[in-house]
Amino acid sequence: MISILVGHWSELIEGMKYTIASSLLALVGSLILGVIFAMFVISPNKSLNVIGKIYVEIFRNIPLLVIAMFFYIVMPRIFPGLDGFKAGTIGLTIYTSAFIAETVRAGIESVPVGQMEAARSNGMAYLQAMRYIVLPQAIKIVVPSLGNQFVNLVKNSSVLAFLAGFDLMYQGNLIASTTFKTTDTYLAVGLLYLVMTMPLSYFMRYLEKRWSKTPTV
Amino acid sequence: MSMIEFHDVNKYYGKFKALKNINLTIERGEVVTIIGPSGSGKSTLLRTINGLELISSGQLLVDNHDLADPKTDMNRIRKNVGMVFQHFNLYANKTILQNITLGPEKVLKMSHVKAAEDAERLLSLVGLLDQAQKLPSMLSGGQKQRIAIARALAMHPKAILFDEPTSALDPEVIGDVLEVMKKVADQGMTMIVVTHEMGFAKEVGNRLVFMADGEIREDSNDPRAFFEAPKDPRAQEFLGKIIHVD
Repeated sequence: MISILVGHWSELIEGMKYTIASSLLALVGSLILGVIFAMFVISPNKSLNVIGKIYVEIFRNIPLLVIAMFFYIVMPRIFPGLDGFKAGTIGLTIYTSAFIAETVRAGIESVPVGQMEAARSNGMAYLQAMRYIVLPQAIKIVVPSLGNQFVNLVKNSSVLAFLAGFDLMYQGNLIASTTFKTTDTYLAVGLLYLVMTMPLSYFMRYLEKRWSKTPTV
Repeated sequence: MSMIEFHDVNKYYGKFKALKNINLTIERGEVVTIIGPSGSGKSTLLRTINGLELISSGQLLVDNHDLADPKTDMNRIRKNVGMVFQHFNLYANKTILQNITLGPEKVLKMSHVKAAEDAERLLSLVGLLDQAQKLPSMLSGGQKQRIAIARALAMHPKAILFDEPTSALDPEVIGDVLEVMKKVADQGMTMIVVTHEMGFAKEVGNRLVFMADGEIREDSNDPRAFFEAPKDPRAQEFLGKIIHVD
Protein backbone atom coordinates (compact mmCIF):
# COMPACT_ATOMS: atom_id res chain seq x y z
CA MET A 1 0.00 0.00 0.00
CA ILE A 2 2.86 2.34 0.89
CA SER A 3 4.49 1.64 -2.46
CA ILE A 4 1.28 2.57 -4.28
CA LEU A 5 0.95 5.77 -2.25
CA VAL A 6 4.57 6.72 -2.93
CA GLY A 7 4.81 5.48 -6.49
CA HIS A 8 1.56 6.99 -7.72
CA TRP A 9 1.41 10.01 -5.43
CA SER A 10 0.98 12.57 -8.20
CA GLU A 11 -1.97 10.74 -9.85
CA LEU A 12 -3.64 10.20 -6.48
CA ILE A 13 -3.22 13.87 -5.53
CA GLU A 14 -4.56 14.85 -8.94
CA GLY A 15 -7.60 12.61 -8.31
CA MET A 16 -8.14 14.12 -4.87
CA LYS A 17 -8.11 17.61 -6.37
CA TYR A 18 -10.97 16.66 -8.70
CA THR A 19 -12.86 14.92 -5.90
CA ILE A 20 -12.52 17.94 -3.61
CA ALA A 21 -13.45 20.39 -6.39
CA SER A 22 -16.52 18.39 -7.38
CA SER A 23 -17.56 17.93 -3.73
CA LEU A 24 -17.18 21.61 -2.87
CA LEU A 25 -19.16 22.73 -5.91
CA ALA A 26 -21.88 20.16 -5.21
CA LEU A 27 -21.92 21.02 -1.50
CA VAL A 28 -22.55 24.72 -2.11
CA GLY A 29 -24.92 24.04 -5.01
CA SER A 30 -26.96 21.38 -3.24
CA LEU A 31 -27.26 23.49 -0.09
CA ILE A 32 -28.62 26.44 -2.11
CA LEU A 33 -30.94 24.25 -4.21
CA GLY A 34 -31.96 22.26 -1.15
CA VAL A 35 -32.98 25.37 0.80
CA ILE A 36 -34.86 26.76 -2.21
CA PHE A 37 -36.78 23.52 -2.81
CA ALA A 38 -37.46 23.10 0.92
CA MET A 39 -39.10 26.53 0.82
CA PHE A 40 -41.08 25.46 -2.25
CA VAL A 41 -42.33 22.36 -0.43
CA ILE A 42 -43.60 24.36 2.56
CA SER A 43 -44.73 27.34 0.46
CA PRO A 44 -48.37 28.43 0.81
CA ASN A 45 -48.29 28.88 -2.99
CA LYS A 46 -49.89 25.76 -4.56
CA SER A 47 -47.84 25.62 -7.77
CA LEU A 48 -44.48 26.16 -6.03
CA ASN A 49 -45.57 23.50 -3.59
CA VAL A 50 -46.25 20.96 -6.34
CA ILE A 51 -43.00 21.78 -8.16
CA GLY A 52 -41.05 21.31 -4.94
CA LYS A 53 -42.67 17.99 -4.09
CA ILE A 54 -42.18 16.57 -7.59
CA TYR A 55 -38.51 17.64 -7.65
CA VAL A 56 -37.78 16.07 -4.29
CA GLU A 57 -39.63 12.82 -5.00
CA ILE A 58 -38.06 12.32 -8.43
CA PHE A 59 -34.44 12.98 -7.57
CA ARG A 60 -34.54 11.31 -4.17
CA ASN A 61 -35.82 8.09 -5.67
CA ILE A 62 -33.59 7.65 -8.73
CA PRO A 63 -30.08 6.19 -8.31
CA LEU A 64 -27.34 8.81 -8.43
CA LEU A 65 -25.59 6.86 -11.19
CA VAL A 66 -28.66 7.10 -13.44
CA ILE A 67 -28.93 10.87 -12.91
CA ALA A 68 -25.19 11.33 -13.53
CA MET A 69 -25.30 9.14 -16.67
CA PHE A 70 -28.24 11.17 -17.95
CA PHE A 71 -26.19 14.36 -17.71
CA TYR A 72 -23.12 12.65 -19.20
CA ILE A 73 -24.74 10.79 -22.12
CA VAL A 74 -28.04 12.54 -22.89
CA MET A 75 -27.59 16.21 -22.00
CA PRO A 76 -24.45 16.84 -24.12
CA ARG A 77 -26.75 16.59 -27.19
CA ILE A 78 -28.18 19.91 -26.03
CA PHE A 79 -25.15 21.23 -24.12
CA PRO A 80 -22.05 19.93 -25.98
CA GLY A 81 -19.66 21.36 -23.34
CA LEU A 82 -20.68 18.83 -20.66
CA ASP A 83 -17.70 16.63 -19.86
CA GLY A 84 -17.62 13.86 -17.25
CA PHE A 85 -16.56 16.16 -14.42
CA LYS A 86 -19.28 18.73 -15.07
CA ALA A 87 -22.00 16.14 -15.73
CA GLY A 88 -21.08 14.20 -12.60
CA THR A 89 -20.96 17.31 -10.44
CA ILE A 90 -24.36 18.51 -11.71
CA GLY A 91 -25.85 15.05 -11.09
CA LEU A 92 -24.33 14.95 -7.62
CA THR A 93 -25.65 18.44 -6.84
CA ILE A 94 -29.21 17.65 -7.91
CA TYR A 95 -29.29 14.25 -6.24
CA THR A 96 -27.96 15.60 -2.92
CA SER A 97 -30.19 18.70 -3.05
CA ALA A 98 -33.31 16.50 -2.94
CA PHE A 99 -32.14 14.98 0.35
CA ILE A 100 -31.08 18.35 1.74
CA ALA A 101 -34.48 19.80 0.79
CA GLU A 102 -36.17 17.10 2.88
CA THR A 103 -33.80 17.71 5.79
CA VAL A 104 -34.21 21.49 5.70
CA ARG A 105 -38.01 21.15 5.35
CA ALA A 106 -38.10 19.08 8.52
CA GLY A 107 -35.88 21.69 10.19
CA ILE A 108 -38.17 24.56 9.16
CA GLU A 109 -41.21 22.67 10.41
CA SER A 110 -39.56 22.08 13.77
CA VAL A 111 -39.14 25.83 14.36
CA PRO A 112 -42.15 26.84 16.50
CA VAL A 113 -44.84 28.51 14.40
CA GLY A 114 -44.86 31.42 16.87
CA GLN A 115 -41.47 32.53 15.50
CA MET A 116 -42.95 33.09 12.03
CA GLU A 117 -46.07 34.74 13.50
CA ALA A 118 -43.96 37.08 15.62
CA ALA A 119 -41.80 38.07 12.65
CA ARG A 120 -44.85 38.69 10.44
CA SER A 121 -46.53 40.66 13.25
CA ASN A 122 -43.32 42.68 13.46
CA GLY A 123 -43.98 43.84 9.88
CA MET A 124 -41.57 41.51 8.10
CA ALA A 125 -42.55 40.03 4.75
CA TYR A 126 -42.71 36.21 4.47
CA LEU A 127 -39.27 35.98 2.86
CA GLN A 128 -37.71 38.36 5.40
CA ALA A 129 -39.16 36.30 8.25
CA MET A 130 -37.70 33.18 6.64
CA ARG A 131 -34.33 34.79 5.99
CA TYR A 132 -33.76 36.37 9.41
CA ILE A 133 -35.73 34.23 11.85
CA VAL A 134 -36.89 30.82 10.64
CA LEU A 135 -34.08 29.59 8.34
CA PRO A 136 -31.19 30.40 10.72
CA GLN A 137 -32.93 28.37 13.45
CA ALA A 138 -33.85 25.58 11.03
CA ILE A 139 -30.29 25.25 9.68
CA LYS A 140 -28.93 25.15 13.22
CA ILE A 141 -31.33 22.32 14.07
CA VAL A 142 -30.35 20.28 11.00
CA VAL A 143 -26.55 20.76 11.18
CA PRO A 144 -25.99 17.19 12.41
CA SER A 145 -27.94 15.61 9.56
CA LEU A 146 -26.48 18.08 7.05
CA GLY A 147 -23.08 16.84 8.23
CA ASN A 148 -24.09 13.30 7.31
CA GLN A 149 -25.29 14.45 3.90
CA PHE A 150 -22.04 16.28 3.20
CA VAL A 151 -19.98 13.21 4.11
CA ASN A 152 -22.22 11.12 1.86
CA LEU A 153 -21.73 13.68 -0.86
CA VAL A 154 -17.94 13.37 -0.77
CA LYS A 155 -18.21 9.58 -0.93
CA ASN A 156 -20.85 9.72 -3.67
CA SER A 157 -18.55 11.90 -5.78
CA SER A 158 -16.84 8.59 -6.67
CA VAL A 159 -19.61 8.30 -9.25
CA LEU A 160 -17.36 10.52 -11.39
CA ALA A 161 -15.15 7.47 -11.99
CA PHE A 162 -17.88 6.06 -14.24
CA LEU A 163 -17.98 9.24 -16.33
CA ALA A 164 -14.25 9.77 -16.82
CA GLY A 165 -14.38 12.54 -14.24
CA PHE A 166 -10.68 12.25 -13.22
CA ASP A 167 -11.55 11.94 -9.52
CA LEU A 168 -9.79 9.86 -6.88
CA MET A 169 -11.77 6.69 -7.65
CA TYR A 170 -11.05 7.12 -11.38
CA GLN A 171 -7.30 7.40 -10.72
CA GLY A 172 -7.51 4.38 -8.41
CA ASN A 173 -9.13 2.29 -11.14
CA LEU A 174 -6.37 3.31 -13.58
CA ILE A 175 -3.59 2.46 -11.11
CA ALA A 176 -5.21 -0.88 -10.24
CA SER A 177 -5.57 -1.88 -13.86
CA THR A 178 -1.98 -0.97 -14.80
CA THR A 179 -0.16 -2.31 -11.72
CA PHE A 180 -2.53 -5.25 -10.95
CA LYS A 181 -1.96 -4.42 -7.24
CA THR A 182 -5.71 -4.18 -6.64
CA THR A 183 -5.70 -4.73 -2.86
CA ASP A 184 -3.04 -2.12 -2.17
CA THR A 185 -4.56 0.37 -4.57
CA TYR A 186 -8.09 0.27 -3.19
CA LEU A 187 -6.78 0.32 0.40
CA ALA A 188 -4.81 3.45 -0.48
CA VAL A 189 -7.85 5.01 -2.18
CA GLY A 190 -10.02 4.20 0.83
CA LEU A 191 -7.48 5.78 3.14
CA LEU A 192 -7.41 8.96 1.08
CA TYR A 193 -11.24 9.20 1.17
CA LEU A 194 -10.99 8.95 4.97
CA VAL A 195 -8.45 11.79 4.94
CA MET A 196 -11.08 13.96 3.24
CA THR A 197 -14.24 12.89 5.08
CA MET A 198 -13.00 12.67 8.67
CA PRO A 199 -12.03 16.37 8.96
CA LEU A 200 -15.39 17.27 7.40
CA SER A 201 -17.22 15.23 10.06
CA TYR A 202 -15.22 16.90 12.81
CA PHE A 203 -15.81 20.33 11.34
CA MET A 204 -19.59 19.77 11.23
CA ARG A 205 -19.55 18.54 14.82
CA TYR A 206 -17.57 21.65 15.80
CA LEU A 207 -20.16 23.87 14.07
CA GLU A 208 -22.95 22.05 15.88
CA LYS A 209 -21.35 22.75 19.25
CA ARG A 210 -20.44 26.32 18.48
CA TRP A 211 -23.81 27.32 17.03
CA SER A 212 -25.69 25.90 19.96
CA LYS A 213 -24.20 28.60 22.14
CA THR A 214 -24.33 31.70 19.94
CA PRO A 215 -26.96 33.77 18.16
CA THR A 216 -26.79 33.68 14.38
CA VAL A 217 -26.90 36.72 12.14
CA MET B 1 -61.28 58.22 11.75
CA SER B 2 -61.61 54.98 13.67
CA MET B 3 -58.61 52.70 14.15
CA ILE B 4 -60.42 49.39 13.75
CA GLU B 5 -63.92 48.63 12.44
CA PHE B 6 -65.63 45.23 12.35
CA HIS B 7 -68.82 45.15 10.29
CA ASP B 8 -70.85 41.90 10.47
CA VAL B 9 -67.68 39.81 10.60
CA ASN B 10 -67.94 36.01 10.65
CA LYS B 11 -65.20 33.46 10.88
CA TYR B 12 -65.64 29.74 10.30
CA TYR B 13 -63.34 26.78 10.77
CA GLY B 14 -65.14 24.30 8.53
CA LYS B 15 -68.60 24.14 10.08
CA PHE B 16 -67.51 25.62 13.41
CA LYS B 17 -68.42 29.28 13.79
CA ALA B 18 -65.57 30.92 15.71
CA LEU B 19 -66.84 34.48 15.28
CA LYS B 20 -70.51 35.33 14.83
CA ASN B 21 -71.65 38.63 13.41
CA ILE B 22 -69.06 40.81 15.08
CA ASN B 23 -69.67 44.56 15.05
CA LEU B 24 -67.08 46.59 16.88
CA THR B 25 -65.50 49.98 16.32
CA ILE B 26 -62.35 50.94 18.19
CA GLU B 27 -61.19 54.54 18.27
CA ARG B 28 -57.61 55.76 18.48
CA GLY B 29 -56.30 55.89 22.04
CA GLU B 30 -58.82 53.44 23.43
CA VAL B 31 -57.66 50.67 25.77
CA VAL B 32 -60.08 47.84 25.09
CA THR B 33 -59.96 44.67 27.15
CA ILE B 34 -61.65 41.55 25.85
CA ILE B 35 -62.69 38.99 28.44
CA GLY B 36 -64.74 35.84 28.36
CA PRO B 37 -64.54 32.07 28.87
CA SER B 38 -61.97 30.09 26.88
CA GLY B 39 -63.11 29.09 23.42
CA SER B 40 -65.25 32.21 23.17
CA GLY B 41 -63.33 33.60 20.18
CA LYS B 42 -61.36 36.32 21.98
CA SER B 43 -57.97 35.37 20.55
CA THR B 44 -59.44 34.64 17.12
CA LEU B 45 -60.98 38.12 17.07
CA LEU B 46 -57.65 39.66 18.05
CA ARG B 47 -55.71 37.68 15.44
CA THR B 48 -58.00 38.79 12.60
CA ILE B 49 -56.95 42.41 13.22
CA ASN B 50 -53.40 41.84 11.94
CA GLY B 51 -54.35 39.12 9.49
CA LEU B 52 -52.93 36.13 11.37
CA GLU B 53 -56.46 34.76 10.90
CA LEU B 54 -58.54 35.64 7.86
CA ILE B 55 -62.21 36.49 8.20
CA SER B 56 -64.81 34.43 6.31
CA SER B 57 -67.35 37.19 5.66
CA GLY B 58 -68.17 40.77 6.54
CA GLN B 59 -65.85 43.75 6.49
CA LEU B 60 -62.82 44.52 8.64
CA LEU B 61 -61.15 47.92 8.36
CA VAL B 62 -57.82 48.53 10.07
CA ASP B 63 -56.39 52.04 9.81
CA ASN B 64 -58.85 52.55 6.93
CA HIS B 65 -57.62 49.58 4.92
CA ASP B 66 -60.04 46.79 4.05
CA LEU B 67 -58.29 43.56 5.05
CA ALA B 68 -60.36 41.50 2.59
CA ASP B 69 -59.20 43.64 -0.33
CA PRO B 70 -56.41 41.80 -2.21
CA LYS B 71 -54.76 45.18 -2.87
CA THR B 72 -54.27 45.74 0.84
CA ASP B 73 -50.62 45.29 1.79
CA MET B 74 -50.73 43.14 4.93
CA ASN B 75 -47.10 43.94 5.70
CA ARG B 76 -48.03 47.61 5.93
CA ILE B 77 -50.92 46.85 8.26
CA ARG B 78 -48.65 44.77 10.50
CA LYS B 79 -46.02 47.52 10.49
CA ASN B 80 -48.65 49.75 12.12
CA VAL B 81 -50.23 47.16 14.42
CA GLY B 82 -47.92 45.45 16.88
CA MET B 83 -48.63 42.20 18.67
CA VAL B 84 -47.65 40.68 22.01
CA PHE B 85 -48.21 36.93 22.39
CA GLN B 86 -49.08 34.68 25.31
CA HIS B 87 -45.88 32.71 24.79
CA PHE B 88 -43.73 35.78 24.01
CA ASN B 89 -42.28 34.38 20.76
CA LEU B 90 -39.04 36.29 21.08
CA TYR B 91 -36.64 35.49 18.22
CA ALA B 92 -34.65 32.61 19.67
CA ASN B 93 -31.67 33.20 17.35
CA LYS B 94 -31.27 36.90 18.23
CA THR B 95 -30.04 38.76 21.28
CA ILE B 96 -32.49 40.87 23.28
CA LEU B 97 -31.19 44.02 21.58
CA GLN B 98 -31.50 42.42 18.11
CA ASN B 99 -35.03 41.29 18.94
CA ILE B 100 -35.96 44.93 19.31
CA THR B 101 -33.87 46.42 16.49
CA LEU B 102 -34.56 43.86 13.75
CA GLY B 103 -38.02 45.14 12.78
CA PRO B 104 -37.05 48.83 12.71
CA GLU B 105 -33.92 48.03 10.67
CA LYS B 106 -35.41 45.59 8.16
CA VAL B 107 -38.95 46.95 7.87
CA LEU B 108 -38.67 50.66 8.68
CA LYS B 109 -35.16 50.81 7.13
CA MET B 110 -33.87 52.63 10.20
CA SER B 111 -30.09 52.90 10.58
CA HIS B 112 -28.49 50.46 13.00
CA VAL B 113 -27.31 53.29 15.27
CA LYS B 114 -30.73 54.93 15.42
CA ALA B 115 -32.48 51.57 15.99
CA ALA B 116 -30.05 50.69 18.81
CA GLU B 117 -30.57 54.09 20.48
CA ASP B 118 -34.31 53.60 20.27
CA ALA B 119 -33.99 50.07 21.65
CA GLU B 120 -31.96 51.29 24.63
CA ARG B 121 -34.62 53.86 25.45
CA LEU B 122 -37.28 51.11 25.31
CA LEU B 123 -35.16 48.72 27.36
CA SER B 124 -34.95 51.35 30.12
CA LEU B 125 -38.71 51.88 29.86
CA VAL B 126 -39.32 48.18 30.57
CA GLY B 127 -36.47 48.10 33.11
CA LEU B 128 -34.21 45.60 31.33
CA LEU B 129 -31.35 47.65 29.90
CA ASP B 130 -28.80 45.33 31.54
CA GLN B 131 -30.13 42.31 29.60
CA ALA B 132 -29.46 43.74 26.10
CA GLN B 133 -26.74 41.28 25.07
CA LYS B 134 -28.39 38.12 26.40
CA LEU B 135 -30.31 35.51 24.45
CA PRO B 136 -34.06 35.14 25.10
CA SER B 137 -33.50 31.66 26.56
CA MET B 138 -31.59 33.26 29.45
CA LEU B 139 -34.52 35.44 30.56
CA SER B 140 -37.47 34.64 32.81
CA GLY B 141 -41.02 34.68 31.44
CA GLY B 142 -41.84 38.08 32.90
CA GLN B 143 -38.66 39.56 31.43
CA LYS B 144 -39.38 38.00 28.04
CA GLN B 145 -42.83 39.53 27.96
CA ARG B 146 -41.50 42.99 28.81
CA ILE B 147 -39.01 42.60 25.93
CA ALA B 148 -41.87 41.53 23.64
CA ILE B 149 -43.68 44.76 24.53
CA ALA B 150 -40.51 46.76 23.83
CA ARG B 151 -40.19 44.96 20.47
CA ALA B 152 -43.74 45.95 19.55
CA LEU B 153 -43.19 49.57 20.65
CA ALA B 154 -39.98 49.85 18.61
CA MET B 155 -42.03 49.85 15.40
CA HIS B 156 -43.86 53.01 16.56
CA PRO B 157 -47.18 51.30 15.89
CA LYS B 158 -50.60 52.94 15.85
CA ALA B 159 -52.05 50.10 17.93
CA ILE B 160 -50.82 47.05 19.85
CA LEU B 161 -52.67 43.76 20.23
CA PHE B 162 -52.07 41.75 23.41
CA ASP B 163 -53.06 38.07 23.32
CA GLU B 164 -53.29 36.90 26.94
CA PRO B 165 -49.95 38.54 27.78
CA THR B 166 -49.84 37.36 31.38
CA SER B 167 -51.47 33.92 31.13
CA ALA B 168 -48.17 32.03 30.85
CA LEU B 169 -46.48 33.90 33.69
CA ASP B 170 -45.76 33.13 37.33
CA PRO B 171 -48.19 35.07 39.54
CA GLU B 172 -45.40 37.07 41.15
CA VAL B 173 -44.11 38.60 37.88
CA ILE B 174 -47.51 39.40 36.38
CA GLY B 175 -47.46 42.76 38.16
CA ASP B 176 -44.24 43.84 36.39
CA VAL B 177 -45.77 43.17 32.98
CA LEU B 178 -49.06 44.87 33.81
CA GLU B 179 -47.12 47.88 35.06
CA VAL B 180 -45.34 48.19 31.70
CA MET B 181 -48.68 47.82 29.89
CA LYS B 182 -50.12 50.59 32.05
CA LYS B 183 -47.18 52.85 31.08
CA VAL B 184 -47.90 52.13 27.42
CA ALA B 185 -51.60 52.90 27.95
CA ASP B 186 -50.73 56.16 29.70
CA GLN B 187 -48.78 57.23 26.62
CA GLY B 188 -52.04 57.14 24.66
CA MET B 189 -51.42 53.94 22.70
CA THR B 190 -54.44 52.19 21.21
CA MET B 191 -54.48 48.78 22.90
CA ILE B 192 -56.67 45.74 22.47
CA VAL B 193 -55.98 43.30 25.27
CA VAL B 194 -57.36 39.77 25.56
CA THR B 195 -56.89 39.00 29.23
CA HIS B 196 -57.96 37.19 32.34
CA GLU B 197 -56.62 40.01 34.52
CA MET B 198 -59.84 41.55 35.79
CA GLY B 199 -57.92 44.16 37.77
CA PHE B 200 -56.27 45.46 34.61
CA ALA B 201 -59.60 45.42 32.75
CA LYS B 202 -61.20 47.40 35.55
CA GLU B 203 -58.48 49.92 36.29
CA VAL B 204 -56.52 50.49 33.09
CA GLY B 205 -59.03 49.60 30.38
CA ASN B 206 -61.46 52.31 29.36
CA ARG B 207 -63.66 49.90 27.48
CA LEU B 208 -64.63 46.31 28.09
CA VAL B 209 -65.87 43.70 25.66
CA PHE B 210 -67.32 40.45 26.98
CA MET B 211 -67.40 37.54 24.53
CA ALA B 212 -69.03 34.12 24.70
CA ASP B 213 -69.60 31.50 22.00
CA GLY B 214 -68.04 33.64 19.28
CA GLU B 215 -70.31 36.60 19.97
CA ILE B 216 -69.87 39.96 21.60
CA ARG B 217 -72.37 39.79 24.47
CA GLU B 218 -71.55 43.03 26.18
CA ASP B 219 -69.61 46.13 25.15
CA SER B 220 -69.21 48.64 27.95
CA ASN B 221 -67.56 52.05 28.08
CA ASP B 222 -67.51 51.80 31.84
CA PRO B 223 -65.60 48.67 32.92
CA ARG B 224 -66.22 49.37 36.64
CA ALA B 225 -69.95 49.45 36.07
CA PHE B 226 -69.70 46.20 34.09
CA PHE B 227 -67.97 44.41 36.94
CA GLU B 228 -70.53 45.69 39.44
CA ALA B 229 -73.57 44.82 37.39
CA PRO B 230 -73.09 42.84 34.18
CA LYS B 231 -76.27 42.82 32.09
CA ASP B 232 -75.72 39.68 30.00
CA PRO B 233 -76.62 36.45 31.86
CA ARG B 234 -73.55 34.66 30.48
CA ALA B 235 -71.36 37.50 31.79
CA GLN B 236 -73.04 37.26 35.20
CA GLU B 237 -72.28 33.53 35.27
CA PHE B 238 -68.67 34.11 34.15
CA LEU B 239 -67.99 36.77 36.77
CA GLY B 240 -69.77 34.69 39.41
CA LYS B 241 -67.31 31.87 38.81
CA ILE B 242 -64.16 33.95 38.96
CA ILE B 243 -65.14 36.52 41.55
CA HIS B 244 -63.71 34.52 44.46
CA VAL B 245 -60.16 34.88 43.08
CA ASP B 246 -60.49 38.61 42.46
